[in-house]
Amino acid sequence: MIPASFEYRRAGSVEDALGWLAEDPDSTKLLAGGHSLLPLMKLRLATPGVLVDVGRVPGLSYVRDAGDHVAIGALTRHRDLEISEVARASVPLLAHVAGQVGDPQVRHRGTIGGSLAHGDPASDLPAAVLALDATMVADGPRGRREIAASDFFRGFLETALEPDEMLTEIRVRKAPSGWAFQKFNRRAQDWAIVGVAAVLDGEPRVALVNMGSTTVRARGTEEALAAGAEAADAAARAAEGLEPPSDLHASAEYRRHLATVLVRRALVEAAAARG
Amino acid sequence: MSAAVLEEHGAAGVVGTRMLRREDPALLSGEARFVHDLVVPGALHMAVVRSPYAHARITSVDVSAALGMPGVVAALTGADLAAEWASAMPCAWPVTADMQSPKHLPVAVDEACYTGDAVAVVLAGSQAEAQDAAAAVAVGYEELPAAVDLEDAARDDALAHVDAPSNRAYTWELVPDPDAVRRAFDEAAVTVKERYRQQRLIPAAMEPRGVCVVPQPFGGEFVVYSSTQIPHILRTMLGLTTGVPEDRIRVIAPSVGGGFGSKLDVYAEELLCLALARRLRRPVRWSEERSEAAQATIHGRGQVQEIELAADADGRVQAVRVHLLADMGAYLQLVTPGVPILGAFLYHGTYDVPAYSFTCTGVFTNKTPTDAYRGAGRPEATYAIERAMDALARKLGMDPAELRRRNYIGADRFPYSSVAGLVFDSGDYEAALDKALELVGYDALRHEQAQRRSDGATKLLGVGLSSYVEMCGLAPSRVLASLHYVAGGWETATVRMLPTGKVQVVTGATPHGQGHVTSWSMIVADKLGVLPDDVEVLHSDTGLSPLGLDTYGSRSLSVGGTAIALAADRLVDKARLLAAHRLEAAPEDLELSDGQFVVRGSPSTSIGIGTLAFEAFTAHDLPEGMEPNLEASATYDPTNFTFPFGTHVAVVEVDTETGRVDLVRYVGVDDCGNQINPLIVDGQVHGGIAQGVAQALYEEASYDERGNLLTTTLADYLVPAASELPSFTLGRTVTPSPSNPLGVKGVGEAGTIASTPAVVNAVVDALSHLGVEDLEMPVTPERVWRSIGASAPVQGGAR
Repeated sequence: MIPASFEYRRAGSVEDALGWLAEDPDSTKLLAGGHSLLPLMKLRLATPGVLVDVGRVPGLSYVRDAGDHVAIGALTRHRDLEISEVARASVPLLAHVAGQVGDPQVRHRGTIGGSLAHGDPASDLPAAVLALDATMVADGPRGRREIAASDFFRGFLETALEPDEMLTEIRVRKAPSGWAFQKFNRRAQDWAIVGVAAVLDGEPRVALVNMGSTTVRARGTEEALAAGAEAADAAARAAEGLEPPSDLHASAEYRRHLATVLVRRALVEAAAARG
Repeated sequence: MSAAVLEEHGAAGVVGTRMLRREDPALLSGEARFVHDLVVPGALHMAVVRSPYAHARITSVDVSAALGMPGVVAALTGADLAAEWASAMPCAWPVTADMQSPKHLPVAVDEACYTGDAVAVVLAGSQAEAQDAAAAVAVGYEELPAAVDLEDAARDDALAHVDAPSNRAYTWELVPDPDAVRRAFDEAAVTVKERYRQQRLIPAAMEPRGVCVVPQPFGGEFVVYSSTQIPHILRTMLGLTTGVPEDRIRVIAPSVGGGFGSKLDVYAEELLCLALARRLRRPVRWSEERSEAAQATIHGRGQVQEIELAADADGRVQAVRVHLLADMGAYLQLVTPGVPILGAFLYHGTYDVPAYSFTCTGVFTNKTPTDAYRGAGRPEATYAIERAMDALARKLGMDPAELRRRNYIGADRFPYSSVAGLVFDSGDYEAALDKALELVGYDALRHEQAQRRSDGATKLLGVGLSSYVEMCGLAPSRVLASLHYVAGGWETATVRMLPTGKVQVVTGATPHGQGHVTSWSMIVADKLGVLPDDVEVLHSDTGLSPLGLDTYGSRSLSVGGTAIALAADRLVDKARLLAAHRLEAAPEDLELSDGQFVVRGSPSTSIGIGTLAFEAFTAHDLPEGMEPNLEASATYDPTNFTFPFGTHVAVVEVDTETGRVDLVRYVGVDDCGNQINPLIVDGQVHGGIAQGVAQALYEEASYDERGNLLTTTLADYLVPAASELPSFTLGRTVTPSPSNPLGVKGVGEAGTIASTPAVVNAVVDALSHLGVEDLEMPVTPERVWRSIGASAPVQGGAR
């Protein structure tokens, strides 16, 4: 539980961080809340040579109403997102999911940017931003670019971010009603065995937690819904084409089954909430 | 706080009140010091290189790269250390004369026998340097076939030790009358035969282990700080295994963050730190990490149980027959082979059973050694009989509460000589059942259960009962002799008054969370008529309390607490003689009330015990022949075990779509005899229930087929938190024990013993109409879901 030795640098600005990243992008990691990276380092599964702590970079923790969307600073902690009035009013799914992450300690330290950039398929927030069709804003030496959530999550702990880029903002279109989130785990603090984020406000979008090597959309369900299927019939297709993992906590077969049950429940709940 | 309590209760005393624990301010404020907190200048940090293979021949160990790493002082192999050991690692419980016990050295030399077995050590100036260097030790392994699954190991499919003739450690039998058992099964109207698996558990104490050995200057003693439950036993064993004379070893257990039996042991790291401090003449320390603890600290349970019941048509159980396979792990630790034997006498539970047969075979596997874990043998026994009683109730179509009621040992039968050879001291099992059923609202729950079933609800209700009796108060030394345990079962105490009237108590019991300081000071406060806060309790340091047998098996209060009470009585006897001398009265005319010796019938003639303490200290005017000072000691060897009992009821909701089980209500009615502090009893029961629920629903030390431990973090090993548990409803009946003068029985393990079968019975009960009869522990949502899919609904009205 002692990490391999590394160099620690504290960034005072995004420019600091990007500058240091550019020096040696492959062995430099950004540290925000530390609740994903540090455990990996302590288990020596991650051994970055340089750790750039962006946790105190000013101006990156905010939840703002930006007209047609909500803009969230990458360093916004889960707890701040959970209790944000703007988030609760305009993207209540995201506020709710932020309140489901880990335990109170994690929620008071972990950041949305850190969680998304980590790209863990078992994390809740990636599924939420995928269901909400969010846009990621990344800064890097080649300037700023926007990445759609559907293009962002590439594989297990892998995102569209280049090693020299930093996620700075998340933009989420407003979706005040018609949403639901189902999280199935054995202890309140655990990662989901399977989770479901559903948004029926507009074109139905259903994203799944821990049903593949990255957060994924339940395409079969979405297609069925678009074709006018009932919730139960659409949910039956929730695991279509997916290859969920088998691990200590659940087999792939059980995950597929859970996905159908949880998607049905989410769709029913979201439809009821839409009124 | 305690002063206020005393004021409130006056002469009635503090015993029996819910006095807040005196230990807690230091623990809650962070001021308590654990081994890892000790600041020891110049200490070397030890890191242990551990085998990544379950079973392998060690072909080479090259420490040269490690020796070149920053801060490294020494890197030593098993062969380098072999000369340090006067004997191998100790097992204190050879349960049979022919028991096999493979040689167990602190660092393996030729053969590594579980993942986590030590193969080399590195010492460096910091923990980080030691760990970096440990990673640089190059060990050559030749992987050997591993005995992983318990039943495969019992068939010797692979040998856990290459030179052993078989994996069998011993077979132990308790079959008082084989013909009676055979007859009972031949004549039975109903029989059940059940097979249960007790999964391995990781004790997961809040504080992992830690050791720090500090050699004193000028050839002085070695001070061994260890996070242990057993400083006294450890001192003796360290002397025997390292050859350091016992009198030159002082063991101190500072604040200890839980043990649950896992620190009732003598570990390689304790021997290593002492031997290395001797070898290098420097302090040596080691702090266990969480993932290391999962492998290097003993596991609990690990049994395959077969239990058969023979009953008459009315459900009266006529015989119990049990066969166990018990997983020893790779080596025998301190009491490994004895753990199943602690349950061997209790497989008929609370029931009056005339015929009994128990056999157990201990089997070696290439896994972490097992040993005592909260309840040690008794949870396993209670699980088997209580699950089997529910199976019998289903077969008979009888309510499980009614079946239990018909079979209980009646309250008029105590002291009760059991078929297994014990004498149960006292009990009223039906009273505890009645109280539990009333508290939970049993009839209403059954009604709601039926309603949900007929409504076709996806969330079904299940109600699970568990009645238990345990044997505590370990133990009468003569009984331990008959079981081949190499030590006794007594406990020591000294009570002394200081010149200012303050009181010092020295105890051989070793608290690690149980609240001994509070309870001991309450007992002494009432005996002497002083405030609990004026009683200092010295413990867990062999320099202060040289003799003791420490804390395990719910023994502290009934054995150690009795010793305290006896010593206090002796002190009062002496004070009475001195008071009589000072008051010029006959000793028998004096009564001690609120700390004052008063002459009966002459209330104005009195003298306080504090004054007497000062008089005894100055010794200016003592009766002829009386020694100075008020001090008395006692060593108490119990004449019998104590037999706490009770009934617990678990209520679960089972989601038939997902298999999720929610424990929604929990009632525990326990009888631990007289209670010194009901608040502490509540705490023990709460923690015990949580730990038993953990076995039922959450925890398992999982291995893959090659013997790799898969659950080495708390993300994979699911210790439940408060968020997974309902508020518990506790009730109590009080049946004092006649076995000791306090009338106490012990309660440290009761919750763990009772709760596991209650919860699993509840889940099976919820699903029984669907044909589900058993679920393997831990009862995961996936297992529940699969059981629903695999079972055929029961036709007709059976529950």
